[in-house]
Amino acid sequence: MAKTHVSTIINGEPIEFLCEPQQTLLDVLRDELNLTGSKEGCSSGDCGACTVICDGSIVCSCLMLGAEAEGRKITTVEGIAEGEKLHPVQQKFLEHAALQCGFCTPGFIVAAKALLDENLNPTEEETRYWLAGNLCRCTGYDKIVRAVLDAAAVMRGENPPSPAA
Amino acid sequence: MSYLEKDSLKIVGTRPIRPDGVDKVTGRANFGADMKMPGMLWGKIKRSPHAHARIVSINTDKAAALPGVKAVTTRADFPDIPPDKRSIGAMPHNLWDLSRNCMAKGKALYEGHAVAAVAATSPAIAEQALDLIEVEYEVLPHVMDVEAAMAPDAPLLHDDIFTAGVEPKPAKPSNVSKMVRFAKGDVEAGFGEAEIVIERRYTTKPVHQAYIEPHACVVSVAPDGQTTVWSSSQGQFMVRAYTSRIAGAEDNASIRAIPAEIGGGFGGKTIIYLEPIAYILSKKSGRPVKIVMSREEVFRATGPTSGAVVEVKMGAKKDGRITAAKAVLKYQSGAFPGSPVQQGCICGLAVYDLPNAEAIGYDVLSNRPKVAAYRAPGAPIGSFGIESCIDELARELGIDPLKMREINGAKDGTKAAHGPTWNNIGYMKTVEAAKAHPQLSVPLGPNQGRGIASGYWHNAGGESSAACHVNEDGTVTVTEGHPDIGGSRASMAMMVAEVLGIPFERVRPVVGDTTAIGFSASTGGSRVTFAGGMAVTQSAQKVVEELKKRAAIIWDISPEAVEWKDGKAFPAGANAGSFEPLDLAAIAAKAARTGGPISAEVQINAQGQAPGFTTHICDVEVDKETGHVKILRYTAIQDVGRAIHPSYVEGQMQGGVAQGVGWALSEEYIYDKDGRLENPGFLDYRVPVASDMPMIDTVLIEVPNPRHPFGARGCGEVPIIPPMAAVANAIADATGIRLRDLPMSPPRLRAALDEAEPLRAAAE
Amino acid sequence: MPNLSFTAPTTVDEAIRALASAPGLAKPLAGGTDLLVQLRSGRMRPELIVDTKRIPELIGIREESDGFVIGASTPGIMIYANEALTHAWPGIVEGMDLIGSEQIQGRASLAGNLCNASPAADSVPALIAARATAVIAGPNGKREAPVEAIVTGPGQTSLQKGEFIVEFHVPKPKPHQCDAYLRFIPRTEMDIAVVGCGVNVTLDGSGTCTDARVVLGAVAPTQVIAEEAGAALVGHKLDNDTLAKLDAAAGRACKPINDKRGTIEYRVKVAGVLARRAAAIAFERAAKR
Repeated sequence: MAKTHVSTIINGEPIEFLCEPQQTLLDVLRDELNLTGSKEGCSSGDCGACTVICDGSIVCSCLMLGAEAEGRKITTVEGIAEGEKLHPVQQKFLEHAALQCGFCTPGFIVAAKALLDENLNPTEEETRYWLAGNLCRCTGYDKIVRAVLDAAAVMRGENPPSPAA
Repeated sequence: MSYLEKDSLKIVGTRPIRPDGVDKVTGRANFGADMKMPGMLWGKIKRSPHAHARIVSINTDKAAALPGVKAVTTRADFPDIPPDKRSIGAMPHNLWDLSRNCMAKGKALYEGHAVAAVAATSPAIAEQALDLIEVEYEVLPHVMDVEAAMAPDAPLLHDDIFTAGVEPKPAKPSNVSKMVRFAKGDVEAGFGEAEIVIERRYTTKPVHQAYIEPHACVVSVAPDGQTTVWSSSQGQFMVRAYTSRIAGAEDNASIRAIPAEIGGGFGGKTIIYLEPIAYILSKKSGRPVKIVMSREEVFRATGPTSGAVVEVKMGAKKDGRITAAKAVLKYQSGAFPGSPVQQGCICGLAVYDLPNAEAIGYDVLSNRPKVAAYRAPGAPIGSFGIESCIDELARELGIDPLKMREINGAKDGTKAAHGPTWNNIGYMKTVEAAKAHPQLSVPLGPNQGRGIASGYWHNAGGESSAACHVNEDGTVTVTEGHPDIGGSRASMAMMVAEVLGIPFERVRPVVGDTTAIGFSASTGGSRVTFAGGMAVTQSAQKVVEELKKRAAIIWDISPEAVEWKDGKAFPAGANAGSFEPLDLAAIAAKAARTGGPISAEVQINAQGQAPGFTTHICDVEVDKETGHVKILRYTAIQDVGRAIHPSYVEGQMQGGVAQGVGWALSEEYIYDKDGRLENPGFLDYRVPVASDMPMIDTVLIEVPNPRHPFGARGCGEVPIIPPMAAVANAIADATGIRLRDLPMSPPRLRAALDEAEPLRAAAE
Repeated sequence: MPNLSFTAPTTVDEAIRALASAPGLAKPLAGGTDLLVQLRSGRMRPELIVDTKRIPELIGIREESDGFVIGASTPGIMIYANEALTHAWPGIVEGMDLIGSEQIQGRASLAGNLCNASPAADSVPALIAARATAVIAGPNGKREAPVEAIVTGPGQTSLQKGEFIVEFHVPKPKPHQCDAYLRFIPRTEMDIAVVGCGVNVTLDGSGTCTDARVVLGAVAPTQVIAEEAGAALVGHKLDNDTLAKLDAAAGRACKPINDKRGTIEYRVKVAGVLARRAAAIAFERAAKR
């Protein structure tokens, strides 16, 4: 089966890859590009563990063919921090203990970052509905939502007290 | 040295950022499916489409001939396991059952049962190869329902299983593999004394642990048998032992089982499915083999917990004192024996002080995947029955549900129905805290209701090893053997840092593979902070003794004249001499001259684990037209002994609550008439999403367990026990409707509402 | 999938040629939120996938004098972000917006949701209630058909080989006309509708309904235009008597099945509940337009 050549931008870097037609973007990220941060939880778009940002909006990379990435800008969890500097969402996840096993965390980080790119003042309800496509089985979502709301506060220039000590 | 006084603690009880946290929020952490090895092949598994069938023949020739396929395996490659080799040490599983679960022998016992496997150079080729494997089945009648499986004429799964626990031993084989019974006093006399007796029947459906990470492993077997197993599991020593036994390696020293980060387990990864298959494929092909389950495979072929029938009879005086309680529990175990019915019998009643009690449990086979442990295995099901029934009894008597717990709850000195006498338990404190909690004062509006439920779990101790090393620069590495499911390695580092008196950041915890640390039993049973914590604490204490000895050598004084405080060695009193205190870095710098590397390794079989008790408060709102239930508020109050890292203790409680809410309202396995699973995915197997849950308030009660250096009790499993009854009791409070069958999904609630109010339904 | 090929044409004609000339099964791809799931599970084994998203006219929304033109492959987030459409047809936008998660919304399209032909498709009832049409391109040229003519059964459409939808036309609403879409799902998100209901009403100055369309989803093999339910609204305000008649008529319009998502009895009851609630929202909105 002939492979497709794809040119794309991933986490700000121009990347080229070859993929088979049936390979999803998630397959390509994990198996061809060694970007294993995005996870496969369900292969059906129901768990959000594979969430990436494509041309500015969050998508399930398991529901996108690698070939569709041609010319598009993709951001994965590996591209959220800037070098050593964690994004406020990442920092607040750590402070709030918003992760236990950590498997769903990359998907949540990317989805939450996209929320805050669009809305710096989400309500609890808005946050929960935005993140409804990301399943977490460990935390019950409480600390995740608190972390996102706190990250929003930080990004608004406020200084919420940190639970971490 | 005692660390039981909370005020004296500097690190334990605080909330530092976990040492593996940055890796996890940046995607650097490596889970089971994230490993690659050079030359790696992709393995895939062929599974039975039938719920019950004799495997007449398997022909793998065409699959083996497909270009790109490097190995094929069937049952023929798996050794039989003789009776004397079917258990290993204190590990709880029957290896013969597990072997036949990994790869079917003779019969496929459930839809999804593995019958063959291939390894190929790409996933696509492996998938193609599966289609080329020809399997001839003789389809047999199947049985899915627990009571149907108990009937004498039910289709039989195994002809060599006779009900254990029954005297005399039955002559005919049965799907009832075991009967257990616990009793205290005389229940019939107790019911005779009662002024009210109620009998109720509750049912639950199988639910899956639903960890977001599917099972995954990479196994590489070298020609001389040296083997690396990379997998996410709840126990790398279990992985090593079980892989070795099932695949016929029998050479554990040559197997290095490396624990990948694990994406959730909840008990479902305390056994293995893939590693022996990958081992055999790797051995046959001479290359590493990676096998990753799809979500569909996880649902079709890995253990959910039991579905069950729980029949409860309770008798009480009008003042609320229970005089007798009897429960009959029938749990499905799936294709092989081993449901958690025994725990179900024990735990529900253990919350109460019952003068007369009896619990009878049946472990029942059916053509479903073999059940695996799921967070407090057996207890949530039994407690759904017990906690609902107590609520029904309270309502009949007009007694407040919390008052009912006050009257009947277990206290220090209470003898539980299954034997032990409680000492130093915190149950009543959880009830008191519930009574005082502000949630009780929130007024309830129309169609809103409030439910209370309690729970108990015994927790576990067991075997753990730990090694504590002082590095040349005075930092410390502590290696332990427990996969970190929920943040435990942070707690390990905190305990070590506390003992050594050094900052948390100077201690690096490592979860070692089977070659790097001594034997450690699996992560589960709420044992890691208890047993693992005990081991790391003892190893750190030994290191302190060694550090004092080294300081004594440096100062040329007696070791008894050295104190250790705040991370430094001090001369003990003016008589010892006036020396500047020595910190770890100073002592480590002179390690070679004072005796060599500074380390301590500890191996224990931890005893003295203490039970956990909990009480939950749940507020719901019911949409009576659709039957939809919204959780408005939820509070979990639990006796945790000592919260080493309170954020992760809270997290365990909140996670358990969310799983319980899903179990209560929306999760179930749906099978068609052919025994095929209709909802093997997260679309129709409905776990709670973020918008389904409110914030979950947690109250941590600390009644320290003095058998643990810091007072810890296990805390991870107790919180999943009460939610189903808490929700059912809240629905009853809101609507007057009592639902006794899980899940309490909208169609069921709407139908029950209509049945209760037929005039209203007709008017619509 | 040894024979799968992928192509991303940049014009409608290129796409028609690719679809029409493929020897085996050829599927147009918009968001892929159904197609890729089916590919992965083996339920669908096409030989050719034609990505329609590089054809400029298939992505985007424009308002014209007689209504809106919505590109067939426009993702949900773009539909939701269009203020004019959201103001004119909030029910259509709601229907689209309720599909799946935010991640699904980044890709899912009206054409995909329609042509996947699930009886429970969320975006379809309101489109039909609005009397929207689909413009189909194919080897024999372009044709326009009412949305309700596209789906012929579960998983089946009336599209011929080589045909695909290029855009939807939604009429401009009249004064005091508005719509609403509600669905029932067991959780709060992420579920396939157990019942869906789209209601489109036009009111006169006094608040009396002069025109109505009630469309039910997930209660029959295809979406149901509940004629009797719509007729129950015309000539009336939304009083209790009208609501009761609407409820009963909606129930009678259902031909549901028992499946893993709901029972017959339950769907009939909830159809009535949703019809009442959606009608209330539509009436309230229409009065303000």
